Amino acid sequence: MSYLPYALAVWIFVVGLYGIITSRNLIHLVVCLTLTQSSTYVLLLAIGYVKGATAPVFADVSVGTRAVDPVVQALTLTDIVVSVTVAALLLALAIQVQKRNGTLDPDALTEMSG
Amino acid sequence: MIPLQAMAIALVAFFALALALTHDLVRLTLLSSVYALTLVVLFVVFQAPDVALSELVVGAVAFPLVIVVAIVMQRSG
Amino acid sequence: MTRQLRLGLFGVSGVGLSALLLWAVAGLHAFGDYHERYGTLLKNVAVSERHTTNVVTSVVFDYRGFDTLGEEFILFASVVGVALLTRDARDERARPRDRLVSDPVGLIGLGLSGALLVIGLYVVAHGPLTPGGGFQGGVVLAGAIAVVYLAGDYRSYRALTPQPAVDFAEGFGAGGFAVVGIASMLLGSAYLHNFGPFGTPGTLASGGSIPMLNLATAIEVTAAFLLLFTEFLEELSVTRLETA
Repeated sequence: MSYLPYALAVWIFVVGLYGIITSRNLIHLVVCLTLTQSSTYVLLLAIGYVKGATAPVFADVSVGTRAVDPVVQALTLTDIVVSVTVAALLLALAIQVQKRNGTLDPDALTEMSG
Repeated sequence: MIPLQAMAIALVAFFALALALTHDLVRLTLLSSVYALTLVVLFVVFQAPDVALSELVVGAVAFPLVIVVAIVMQRSG
Repeated sequence: MTRQLRLGLFGVSGVGLSALLLWAVAGLHAFGDYHERYGTLLKNVAVSERHTTNVVTSVVFDYRGFDTLGEEFILFASVVGVALLTRDARDERARPRDRLVSDPVGLIGLGLSGALLVIGLYVVAHGPLTPGGGFQGGVVLAGAIAVVYLAGDYRSYRALTPQPAVDFAEGFGAGGFAVVGIASMLLGSAYLHNFGPFGTPGTLASGGSIPMLNLATAIEVTAAFLLLFTEFLEELSVTRLETA
């Protein structure tokens, strides 16, 4: 029971991979890629958790109270904003693919041409 | 582990599976926002308000707009 | 490779991958039993050293500021990539002619845009004090301007986001972050070392160079998301005009 958040991270990762493999549309593929990336956020935050502790913001509590780890939160929060931008880049690529080939189905886009 | 955390974990697992199995694009947009909301609840329960704020803002503002525009581009192209 | 073959291959390899991953995470410490030294040390000294009450912001912009510099430039690079992909051969004279959809929606959008602007500025400014900061507040500010398109028409949105200004703001934010680090080098210490008067913890003027880095990040994130929205909307309007 104490390893359940880690198992959740593994579950999200494998489910995201399954979504990528069985995808029939490039937009659905990009969303599943973002889903796979969110499993790393869950894993990082689960590593930093301290039982019975509060958030690492000491605006209203005194400095010595038990708090969770701030370093993993710092890594995660910049990553979330940046991953949306990378997803936008992938969607822009998908739009260009749609313009040139007329389809967004990964199974029909197997050959490189030109 | 308190029951609130177990409940949040169960919600995230369910919506992750739902998101991977949905192929209709309009539902995908809505489901991605709902999945971001369940992640926000999980992050708050894990005592990470900064990360929860970041995911909330991104899942409500940035990500759906980008997907909706991509979908409309696909429909009209 | 047919779909059935691919699914079968994933069935086998997925089970193997999950087994390996579960074995890997079983070697971690139990949930809630965190006892690493770096995080514990930072929690205890950050408020007294840097005078910021939000330890996560001081880790993002000061203790691990170099990692944030890398993330900023990932953001910058991917937005430049989107701009390159979608800006190549577009007819600049073509502009869409959509009008205001309905008056109640326009009124709500007006109120919402103002409220989101204030909330975004609050979240950015109070980054070193309470949960928030440049990344979160920047996206809220971009949302405040995007609401103008959603509740109004395209012309007013484009009037608010002229392309040279957004491009300049994005470069200014990314470059500003790097330049503040160089300023710290000019003062005799390492790159991105915290400098300046630290102030008292709990007030807005605290943290040394953290509010400056915070502001540069907020400007860059706002401009990046506005540029993304604008590029996608331009692409959309051109396509609609071509098929109309």
